[in-house]
Amino acid sequence: MTGAAGTPALEVEGLCKSFRAVRALDHVALSLHYGRVTALLGDNGAGKSTLVKCISGVYAPDAGVVKVDGTVQAVASPEAARSLGIETVHQTLAVIDPLDVVENLFLNREHTRGGRFGAWLGVLDKKRMRAESGEILGRLDIRIPSLRRSMSALSGGQRQAVAIGRAAAWGQQIVLLDEPAAALGVEQAARVLDLIRSLRDAGVAVLLITHNMDRVTEVCDRAVVLRQGRKTAEVDVGEVTKDDLVAYITGARTGGPDT
Amino acid sequence: MTDDSAAAGRMLPGVHQWLARRRQDAGLRQYVVYAAAVFIFALFAVILRDDGFLTASNLLNIGRQAAPIAVMAVGMTFALAAAEIDLSVGAVTALSSLVAAEAVGSYGFVAGAAVAVAVGAGIGLVNGVIAVKVRIPSFLVTLGMLGIVSGIARNMNNLQSLPIRNDTFLAIFGAGSVGPISSLLIWTVVVGVIGHFVLHQLRWGRHVLSVGADRSAAGALGINTDRIRITALMTSAAAASFAGVLLAGRLAIGRHDLGENLLLTVIAAVVIGGTNLFGGRASVAGAIAGSVVMAMLNNGLILMGLRVADQLIARGVIIILAVALSMREQKET
Repeated sequence: MTGAAGTPALEVEGLCKSFRAVRALDHVALSLHYGRVTALLGDNGAGKSTLVKCISGVYAPDAGVVKVDGTVQAVASPEAARSLGIETVHQTLAVIDPLDVVENLFLNREHTRGGRFGAWLGVLDKKRMRAESGEILGRLDIRIPSLRRSMSALSGGQRQAVAIGRAAAWGQQIVLLDEPAAALGVEQAARVLDLIRSLRDAGVAVLLITHNMDRVTEVCDRAVVLRQGRKTAEVDVGEVTKDDLVAYITGARTGGPDT
Repeated sequence: MTDDSAAAGRMLPGVHQWLARRRQDAGLRQYVVYAAAVFIFALFAVILRDDGFLTASNLLNIGRQAAPIAVMAVGMTFALAAAEIDLSVGAVTALSSLVAAEAVGSYGFVAGAAVAVAVGAGIGLVNGVIAVKVRIPSFLVTLGMLGIVSGIARNMNNLQSLPIRNDTFLAIFGAGSVGPISSLLIWTVVVGVIGHFVLHQLRWGRHVLSVGADRSAAGALGINTDRIRITALMTSAAAASFAGVLLAGRLAIGRHDLGENLLLTVIAAVVIGGTNLFGGRASVAGAIAGSVVMAMLNNGLILMGLRVADQLIARGVIIILAVALSMREQKET
């Protein structure tokens, strides 16, 4: 369940992460609010993906805290993040090629049948998962020719749609999207934006990493800019122009109305 | 037009669609092994007809030889599906035949089989924990384990074979039959059905395949990839030790070298059966069909009068061809 729109869903404070001598994140703070879309901007190597991976439990941060609904949580593993309601669409999509669409949507969230013993053994309830997959994809208006197709037989756009559909299906509170519309055609990219809007309208807190300033102004409420592992700006998207955003990203300007 | 031909007309597009879908999913290759089995059978039936290939006793013999290969192959399928490999299986099979023989003598037939399989699973656990926690590729860990286990087996009874005199054990795991069907065949079917069910109907089976296909993606979705890789290696070793029980049952002895030379045969059977040597694609039914192919080839090469040395060469050529096919498939996808 999501909280009231505008209240903080996820807060990150003082997050640091180094890889050997490289400071990928240097005391980064970030907050995501229910029913709001926050853009995470920055040049290549600014630390965007590292930040997402720290929040989603892939990396363990060196310092800093992650709060969900105001409570400090240890996001020690991807599973821990998922059970806190944090879903992530990674740049690589994390879809499993030989499995079919249904299996990918329900991976590590499978329904079992056969009561307690069936649950212990992990006997898959394929019928139920197939039916629910139809519902999930239908609700998000994602069209896939056949749910029983293996992922390797799908197009790039369809694979992306399944990955986002999975995050939307399980991310009841917080969804992190790392470049979800990169390498997509115009129409498919527009559909991804529609998906993001419907998530927002459902009250989900969304973080969107993108290099495309049009997408920022179209769907995002706030924008956070990282540069060389530090947060250099945090602004209301309505109060700035695209050129301002680009200036923050390139470092031509720092700060911003709210920082 | 009669009703029948109308029905056939409707079916044909269905078949076309099915073929098109299979082709798109790159799955047609998984049926090659069954065609190969039929082809080799037909070939040997013709060229070895005067050498007794088609006699009932020879066919039964092929079945008996295929049984331990198939049981090992089902286990190996899970190791390969997880993108691991278990090179210790032949040695584990041999040790397990000795352990079974020892335990049957002291504690009866149930304990004989159970202890042997438990020892196998334990070796698999050690393999898995070292491979995963110390981050050593499983082919190196299990290659080392092959040496260790072979050595232990040789020490265990000073290279002597250990006779098994428990008739119940021999009937259940070897010489016995239900009606005309050899118990070895029944065990092979049981292991195959369980393996197929586990791979396709259980969460663990799908997770093994996921970890083998893309470990970092599986990990990002919260799957405990360490646990999956360890249990996959335990499965292959446990299956190998059960094959040791079946060999001990068939020959009524435990010996330090029973099944020891089956490693290459098993890997070839699994890969011919459509399992990818590098993870992410697996077929239990294919592994069993591959085992029958390998058993027929072994049998045919012997009936042809090939010397042991030449059999080794022929088998080596066959495994390289099978792996080459698997590699090509890998590059295409």
